[in-house]
Amino acid sequence: MKGPHPLLLVAAALVLAFLLAPMLAVVVLSFAPTEVLHLPPRGLSLRWYRDFLTNDRWVLATRNSLVVGTAVMVLATLLGSMAALGLHLGRFRGRGVILALLTLPMVTPFIVTAASMFFAFSLVGLASTLPGLVLGHVVVAVPFVVISVLASLSTFDDGLLRAAASLGAPPWMAWQRVLLPRIWPGIAAGAVFAFATSLDEFVITLFLAGPGQFTLPRQMYANVREYMTPTILAASSLLFLASFLFLLATEALRKR
Amino acid sequence: MLARPKLLAAALLAPLMLLLAGAFLLPVAVTLATAVTDREVTSSLPRTAALLRAWDGKELPPEPAFAAMAEELAAALEERRIGEVSQRLNFERTGMRALLLRTARAGPRLSAPYAASLPALDPAWADPATWKLIRRAAGPVTSLYLLRALDFTRTPDGEVQAVAPDQAVFRTLFLRTLWVSLQVTLACVLLGWPVAAAIAALRPPWSSAALFMVLLPFWSSVLVRSTAWFALLQREGPVNQALVFLGLLDAPIQLVGTRAAVLLATAHVLLPVAILPMAGVMMRLDPRHAQAAASLGAGPWLRFRRILLPLSLPGVLAGAAMTFLLAVGFYITPALVGGERDQLVAWFIAQFLNRDVNWGMAAALSVYLLLMAGAVAALLRLFTGRGLASAP
Repeated sequence: MKGPHPLLLVAAALVLAFLLAPMLAVVVLSFAPTEVLHLPPRGLSLRWYRDFLTNDRWVLATRNSLVVGTAVMVLATLLGSMAALGLHLGRFRGRGVILALLTLPMVTPFIVTAASMFFAFSLVGLASTLPGLVLGHVVVAVPFVVISVLASLSTFDDGLLRAAASLGAPPWMAWQRVLLPRIWPGIAAGAVFAFATSLDEFVITLFLAGPGQFTLPRQMYANVREYMTPTILAASSLLFLASFLFLLATEALRKR
Repeated sequence: MLARPKLLAAALLAPLMLLLAGAFLLPVAVTLATAVTDREVTSSLPRTAALLRAWDGKELPPEPAFAAMAEELAAALEERRIGEVSQRLNFERTGMRALLLRTARAGPRLSAPYAASLPALDPAWADPATWKLIRRAAGPVTSLYLLRALDFTRTPDGEVQAVAPDQAVFRTLFLRTLWVSLQVTLACVLLGWPVAAAIAALRPPWSSAALFMVLLPFWSSVLVRSTAWFALLQREGPVNQALVFLGLLDAPIQLVGTRAAVLLATAHVLLPVAILPMAGVMMRLDPRHAQAAASLGAGPWLRFRRILLPLSLPGVLAGAAMTFLLAVGFYITPALVGGERDQLVAWFIAQFLNRDVNWGMAAALSVYLLLMAGAVAALLRLFTGRGLASAP
């Protein structure tokens, strides 16, 4: 049989163009020299990027996002990898239930998760605090780590650990020398997922962040709501570039 | 480590399970409980609540209840905690806030018998309906919020009835949310199917390139993409300029704040969510089915209708379910590009939390939203025999 039907390819190409066009337009527009946006742009300038890099509010938001994202990445990767390993090792009943439980935050409407955390965290004084915000992000980021590490564990041959043990390697050595070198791409991809999730998260941040804790998405939302400046397009383009790099990283890790 | 793998597994799982239990399951449980509990009256007016519970509910309560009400209201005002209880009662009947505040301010000047001085201050105190309302609000459980979230209320005698037409907003809201989600899901599946089929049919590296083009927007922030639409749809923005340039419009029109903008942007944001499960299923299909059909003389249309479409159905259902699930709870995109009449349930939950500080209503709407999401997940499992977590 010959390749796919030309009609299918044309339809797919059109939809893909629709999918990518808005982001590409934003990247082009972010170099606009004026506040009024024209396509095609009338001239190029780095004015809005300069504003993004020098304006205190944007700089602070970027720093907050990086701090929260790093904390979320470390916590989610640690807890998620441990849990995935536990799920892999323990062939106990109820494994499916636990996996469903671990991935439940992915399918719960974010607004419900956010509202619930806001309720519960206010009761114990965690709302509007940095630890509360990190905790909220970890909950929605950790399922990605679990799934990613489980996927790489599923291709790992358990016989290797038994072989290491039979050769007298204590468990920690077997893990460090045999298991870790084979599953680290899964862990690393999970870490990237976790960081990216935290960087992009908005709904939970809206409820859990304190008055001064502006992350990049929150600052963008505030900017749109108050008075939209093209700086937001520069911020969008930079976040888009970050997603592009994250995707390249996970694809490279997946091929390992 | 092989001696006690179960213990080790449990030790590895425990930290995350504890975290999820504390930071996710427990909060959601608190929300569910908040939707059905009434605590404001009991916590602010404990003695009155106890006396009213002992009251037979006929005519007016006894003198001690009047006295307790006058004293406790005055004390609540003094200690600045009257807002909660007055807001709770005012939510059920407009005018209760004014009644409670006036009574609380007059409290120190009132004298026994309170069964006479309270009605003299405001005739509402001589109305058994006022007292029944307060008694019913003394909890501990209530169906008020769950009923109100479906535009029902209770009469003073406790019968369920529809609220006044000018107050009925929620059934319209749920129908709108379902309708918008349905339209978005349909658009995503129809637009996404050819892309998924192309990803499955193309050879590397073209298939990877197409998949990459779907993953890229999937990975970029929902807020970034919504903001992009907000910028593009401005009155002086590129979309308006293009429409005018093409002669489709005489002058730029307002696009932000319309239903069309919400549908366009939401469908765009959720499109990758629909494509990925469909592509996942189609990539695993055995190409020999289509080859066999072709060798038997089936044309492209027949192969599409009889082979590819039915075999891709599990993926279509999974993609549609995932899209619908995200759409019913969607907040950012409608909030950014929609008008007041285009907002979905999620926006109202946020409003009740942030502006009205009415946690009961926010919780009740969350309960129904969770029910909708659960129903979608259950339907998917019923039709495909698989859960959502295994879908992508």
